Amino acid sequence: MDGEELTEQETALYDRQIRVWGAGAQRRLSKSHVLVSGIKGTVAEFCKNIVLAGVGSVTLLDDRLVTTEAFNANFLILPDENAYGGKTVAEICCDSLKEFNPMVHVSIETGDLSTFGVDFFEKFDVVVIGYSSRATKKAVNETCRNLAKRVAFYTVDCRGSCGEIFVDLQNYKYTKKKLDETVECELTFPSFEEAVAVPWKPIPRRTAKLYFAIRVIELFEETEGRKSGECSLSDLPRVLKLKKEFCEGNSVSENHIPDSLLERLVSGNTEFPPACAIIGGILGQEVIKVISGKGEPLKNFFYFDAEDGKGVIEDLSNKL
Amino acid sequence: MATQQQQSAIKGAKVLMVGAGGIGCELLKTLALSGFEDIHIIDMDTIEVSNLNRQFLFRRSHVGQSKAKVARDAVLRFRPHINIRSYHANVKNPEFDVDFFKQFDVVLNGLDNLDARRHVNRLCLAADVPLVESGTTGFLGQVTVHIKGKTECYECQTKPAPKTYPVCTITSTPTKFVHCIVWAKDLLFAKLFGDKNQDNDLNVRSNNSASSSKETEDVFERSEDEDIEQYGRKIYDHVFGSNIEAALSNEETWKNRRRPRPIYSKDVLPESLTQQNGSTQNCSVTDGDSMVSVMPSLGLKNPQELWGLTQNSLVFIEALKLFFAKRKKEIGHLTFDKDDQLAVEFVTAAANIRAESFGIPLHSLFEAKGIAGNIVHAVATTNAIIAGLIVIEAIKVLKKDVDKFRMTYCLEHPSKKLLLMPIEPYEPNPACYVCSKTPLVLEINTRKSKLRDLVDKIVKAKLGMNLPLIMHGNSLLYEVGDDLDDIMVANYNANLEKYLSELPSPILNGSILTVEDLQQELSCKINVKHREEFDEEKEPEGMVLSGWTQSPATNGESASTSNNENPIDVTESSSGSETASKKRKLSEPEPSNHKKEAENVESEDDDIMEVENPMMVSKKKIRVE
Repeated sequence: MDGEELTEQETALYDRQIRVWGAGAQRRLSKSHVLVSGIKGTVAEFCKNIVLAGVGSVTLLDDRLVTTEAFNANFLILPDENAYGGKTVAEICCDSLKEFNPMVHVSIETGDLSTFGVDFFEKFDVVVIGYSSRATKKAVNETCRNLAKRVAFYTVDCRGSCGEIFVDLQNYKYTKKKLDETVECELTFPSFEEAVAVPWKPIPRRTAKLYFAIRVIELFEETEGRKSGECSLSDLPRVLKLKKEFCEGNSVSENHIPDSLLERLVSGNTEFPPACAIIGGILGQEVIKVISGKGEPLKNFFYFDAEDGKGVIEDLSNKL
Repeated sequence: MATQQQQSAIKGAKVLMVGAGGIGCELLKTLALSGFEDIHIIDMDTIEVSNLNRQFLFRRSHVGQSKAKVARDAVLRFRPHINIRSYHANVKNPEFDVDFFKQFDVVLNGLDNLDARRHVNRLCLAADVPLVESGTTGFLGQVTVHIKGKTECYECQTKPAPKTYPVCTITSTPTKFVHCIVWAKDLLFAKLFGDKNQDNDLNVRSNNSASSSKETEDVFERSEDEDIEQYGRKIYDHVFGSNIEAALSNEETWKNRRRPRPIYSKDVLPESLTQQNGSTQNCSVTDGDSMVSVMPSLGLKNPQELWGLTQNSLVFIEALKLFFAKRKKEIGHLTFDKDDQLAVEFVTAAANIRAESFGIPLHSLFEAKGIAGNIVHAVATTNAIIAGLIVIEAIKVLKKDVDKFRMTYCLEHPSKKLLLMPIEPYEPNPACYVCSKTPLVLEINTRKSKLRDLVDKIVKAKLGMNLPLIMHGNSLLYEVGDDLDDIMVANYNANLEKYLSELPSPILNGSILTVEDLQQELSCKINVKHREEFDEEKEPEGMVLSGWTQSPATNGESASTSNNENPIDVTESSSGSETASKKRKLSEPEPSNHKKEAENVESEDDDIMEVENPMMVSKKKIRVE
C-alpha cells in the first residue's frame, strides 16, 4: 500500500515548500492534528498558515457570536451579515479555511476548553490557545502535560502592536544540522504555570520587558474578572498600582517595567494587523517545525513589538 | 500605535504594490486590514498550481487568470468598500512612467527578479517616491526602506548578478551538477529541439581537436525515414561517447583534471527498447503537451528517487522518441520550460548521464527540475511575516517618522536571541552610479568587441537599462524608441555590428560614453579603457565594468550554508537615537545569509531575495531525508 508516499496532487501543490523542508516532513504534516482555540486576528493568520502547509486536520474552538468587532484584523470573516448572522466565530472561520486547502480537514468543537479532559486532548498533536484567560491556559497546559503522548502546547497573545508566544514541548528530541552532520538534541521545557511564575530578580536585565508587562496585565485581568484583552486606558492607574506590588514582591525596582509599555498594552484592545501577520507567521513556522521534528524549536517565549521592530526569543525557566 | 494621526495618514494614502505573488497576497491582505483604502497593484503573471501553497488569495479554479485581478477580487470580499486597482501588465511597460509613479505616497515591492527591482528603484528615484523593498527565500526574508537623498537606494550596494559559466566549463570540463544541467538544457536540448538558426556551442571545444564541425553537424540532422530510436541512440553515442573520446585525446586538458569516461548506449541499454517495454503508446498522454511523460511507462513514479545510469539512459531515449512521436510540430521551436514535464525528464536524464561520465553525483528529477528551472523554494509563513514588516515601514514613511525607518531581517536561526532584526538604514553611497551619478570604468577590447556586445552585456544586463540610448560626445550611436524613422533604425542596426573602434565616432582608449534610459531617467558616464586580453575563465564576457563600491559582505563563497552558526555582528539601534541613517560602514558585515552569490541564473518565478545556491539546498535534503 502506497500510503507513505505523497500523492501526485500533493507533490504538485506543495512543490515549493517540499524544497524547503523535504517530502518526509510534508508527510508528517499531513498526519498531524491541531487544536486551535480563541480566534482573533493573530490566530486567524496562524490557521491560514498551517492549513496552507497541509496539516492533517485543524479543529477550531470559539463560541463567540460574530459581531462587527470580530472583523477587525480577521480576514476569515466576510462582512456579510446574511452570511455570518447567528453564527459563531469558529463556524465562519471554518468555512473560509476549508477553501485555502481542500486536503486539510477543518472542523469545529464547542464548549469550555478548561473543562475538557484527557480523552479530548489526546486526539491532537498540537494545541494552540489564543484569546484566553490565564486560568484557562494553565488548566489546559496541565491536562496536556498529563497525557501519555506528548502534545505540543502554545499560547499566543497580541495586544495592540505587541505580542507574545509561549511554547511548552515538555521533553523534546529533535535533529539539527551542525556543519555537515545531523545531530540529535534534547530540550526540557517548563510548564505554563512555572514559566509565568519565574522570580523576576534573577532574570537578566536585558530580557524583553514585555514578559513582565504581560504578567502584570494577566494578573490584573484575573483579579478583576475580565476577559483577555478587556481593558482600557481608564484601567491604567490600577494596573500601575498592581505593577508596583508585583515589583516589590519580586524585589525589583518599579522602573523594571516602563509605564509607557503598560499604557500601550491596556489601550491595545484591538490587534494591529501587521503584528498579527508577523506573530501568526512565527507561530506557524514553529508549529510546522515541531510537527516535522526538524530544526531547533523556539524556547520558550517569543516577543514582538512593532515599536522597536524586534522579534526576540527569551528562555525563561525556573533554573535552580 | 493606532493613533488618530496614524489612522488618517493611512486612510488618505495612495499606495502602489508591485507584485501580487507570495509577498503580494499577504501584503494586500494586511494593507486592507490595516485601513488602507487606495491601493494599486501591478503583476504580469497568471496563477499556477505551484503558487497555491502560499498565494492564499487564489484557488485552483483561478489557475490561468491574472494574479493582480484575482488578488483584488479576493480582498474586496472582506473589505468591499476600499479602492483597489489592478494592472495585468509588466511594470517595465512605458505606461508606468515617472508621472505614473509620482501619484503614489509610497511604493511597495513584492517582486521576484533583480531586473524589475532595479527598474522600479530608478523610477522611484526619478519620481522622488519612497520605496519599501522586500524579498524572501524559504525561511529567510528582509525588508528595506529607500528614500531618495536620505538612505541608500536599492542599488547602492551591488546585488549578485545572475551567474554565468565559462563556455569551456560547460562544453568540456564540468565539475558540478549545475554545469551538466546547463549543458543539457542550453546546449543539447536547444540543439535537438530548439531554433536551428541559433548559435550553439555544443560542438565547440576550447582546444583544437580533430573532428570537423561539418561532420558533427550532420549527426543532429534526422532524415525523414530514420528510425527514431536509432536516431536517439546515435545522438546518445555522439554526445556521451565519441565527443568524450575526442575530448580525451587532448592530454593537456586532463593533466590536472579527472578524466571523463565515454558511455555508449550498447553498453548500457538492451539492443532494442521497443521490444523491451512495448510501444510509446504506454506513456500517459493527456490534454496539453506538457502532460506527455515517459516516467509512467518506465515504472518511475517518485520524482525524488535517484535513477541509475540505465534508468537515466532509458529516460533519455524514450523522452527523445516521445518528442518526435507526439510533439513533432514543436521541434525546432522549443525552449526549455520547467513546467514541461517531458523536457524536464529529458534534461534530467541527459545531465545525469553526463554527470556519470564526469564522476559528478547524480540528482533526482525533483532536484534537477529545481536547478534547471531556477525554482526558488517558498513558504507562506515567511511571506506573511515580511508583509507585516512592510506595512509597518510603510506607515512610518507616511507619518514621516524618519528616525524610525529600519531595515529588518527575518532570520532562520536567531542571532543574539533575535529572529527579527531591525537595523538602521545607511546613507546613500556616494559612489553609486544610480543615485549619485558616479562614472564607471569599462575595460574592453575596442578592436574586437562590437557595439552589440556593449549594449547587451553592459548596458542592458549589467546596468539594467530597458530602453537605452548611447552617446559618444555629440554622436548618437544607438537608441531605441517607437518614434524612430527607418533610416535611423537601419543606421543604429548597422552600428551594432561594428567594432567599437570602427564606429562613425570611434570608441577608443580614453573615450567617454554617456548611456541613458529616458524612462528610468537614469544617465551614466562610462570611461572606456582598451585592453587586449581577458581571462577566459575569470572574465568570460571579455569585458569588465567597475567603479561602484562593492557591497561589503558579498562573499564569493556559495559554500556557506544558511545554517550560519556565527552570531551576526550588527549594531543594534538604541532607542532615542537621533540620526536617521548611519554612514556607510565598509567593515560592517550584513547578515551573511543574505549576500551569497547565486550559483545559478536568477529565478524568473516565485519570490526571491537573493537566490540561495540551489545545489546546497538539494544537498541538504539528500542528507536529512
